[in-house]
Amino acid sequence: MRRTVLHEVHRTLGARLVPFAGFEMPLVYTGIREEHQAVREAAGLFDLGHMGRLVLRGRDRIQLLDWVATNRYQGLEPGHAHYALLCQPDGGVIDDIIAYVLPEECLVVVNAANHQTVLAWIEQQRMARGLQAELLDRSEQLAMLALQGPRALAILGGLTGLDLAAIPYYGIAEGELAGVRMLLARTGYTGEDGFELYLPAEHAVRIWQVLLEQGRPCGLLPCGLGARDTLRLEAAMPLYGHELSRQINPYEAGLGFAVRLDKEAFVGREALARIKEQGPRRRLACITCEGRRIPRQDHPVLAGGRRVGTVTSGTFSPTLERPICMALLEPACAVPGTEVAIEVRGQLLPGRVGKRPFYKRERTP
Amino acid sequence: MSEVPAGLHYTASHEWARPEGEQVVVGITAFAVESLQDLVFIELPKLGDEVRRGERFGEIESVKAVSDLYSPVDGSVVAVNEALANDLDRLSRDPYGEGWLIRIAPRTSLPEALAGLLDAAAYRRLIEQEEHGGG
Repeated sequence: MRRTVLHEVHRTLGARLVPFAGFEMPLVYTGIREEHQAVREAAGLFDLGHMGRLVLRGRDRIQLLDWVATNRYQGLEPGHAHYALLCQPDGGVIDDIIAYVLPEECLVVVNAANHQTVLAWIEQQRMARGLQAELLDRSEQLAMLALQGPRALAILGGLTGLDLAAIPYYGIAEGELAGVRMLLARTGYTGEDGFELYLPAEHAVRIWQVLLEQGRPCGLLPCGLGARDTLRLEAAMPLYGHELSRQINPYEAGLGFAVRLDKEAFVGREALARIKEQGPRRRLACITCEGRRIPRQDHPVLAGGRRVGTVTSGTFSPTLERPICMALLEPACAVPGTEVAIEVRGQLLPGRVGKRPFYKRERTP
Repeated sequence: MSEVPAGLHYTASHEWARPEGEQVVVGITAFAVESLQDLVFIELPKLGDEVRRGERFGEIESVKAVSDLYSPVDGSVVAVNEALANDLDRLSRDPYGEGWLIRIAPRTSLPEALAGLLDAAAYRRLIEQEEHGGG
């Protein structure tokens, strides 16, 4: 089992550590609900050391990204990022990524479970296209932390001379924070404002402590994967292995915004164009349920006494105080207002398809 | 280390049993509550239901997972802690007190019903192993 550089810190904080994608990661420190609320109302600090951090260098790095990923990176100014899918030729999803364009290189953040697959896939594609680029795995050298929540900007702002407010959503800047040079990206996986920090691994423990200390008076809590999951689910953000897989295409997952069919050829383009034209055979829907039971992955979804789909992930929403889930449904049923029932261990849980997402923060101007 | 009160009887599946008169009060241990975290739902049997040692009598669900509840003794259910349905915090707060689950009238004599369950020391060893071995 692999450990992040913050492993001892998590133990000292009394975290419950669980295996996740080959890493021993904190599931919860004090309570999932408490940590969830901290992110919604104040701030939460996450160790994301399990994610893969890849660096792409060389003359053709943007061309390579544009070939393997569905979004368009050509023309994106350094200091900005796009969310994208890596697709197979048939449109099935290999991984979802965030790629940040920096002045000299690109930083590509991939899911822990797909880390090695993606490394191999991109390298294979680079060779096949004869592109001049180099893909480096920087996961050991670069620590990754996330500071998320409405107070994130104020907490970080007190520690850096960088004008953080000037970094747009999906922007990234290099600067010094508490004496350490790092990358600060305005991205996250919680539905709140916040930042993801990429810094030399040897400084991670100290920066974690500095952020905790600076944030505690504002209500910041260290947060584990449990809260990360409830937060992303309320924000209806996909999780690979649930809403995304090689058997699910981006249109089914409602991620058409990240597919740029109007750019030059890329892996999966023909298949995706066809799927878009014909319309996907199923669509991801957000369902809010009655009662207290939690719909979970693979539970059947019924409508009018007939099976119409399958739950991809579910939880008990701390914000709505209701069970919620995402499910892949027949397109006709994936419409807000549709009454459904979810079969949870032999019992039917009534639910209703609603708008996506379940939770949306009020954006500050 | 989670609280393991002396004088109670325990199962390896983290239930406790406390004799009261001729009956047995059943709950889940502080260790179980701490492992589950963030409880959202509990399903308990009905009055008069028969339960058997080692067999499922209900389930408890947390944000992360669902777990079955196993009866420590054979018998019939004579009381159910109905208050838990709307307030699982009682269970998180006080698993050995107001968080009790059910009361069972054992099918056999009390000593027979409780024979073979773990005492506090044995249960404490078990959870120490789970904490260290189970990671």
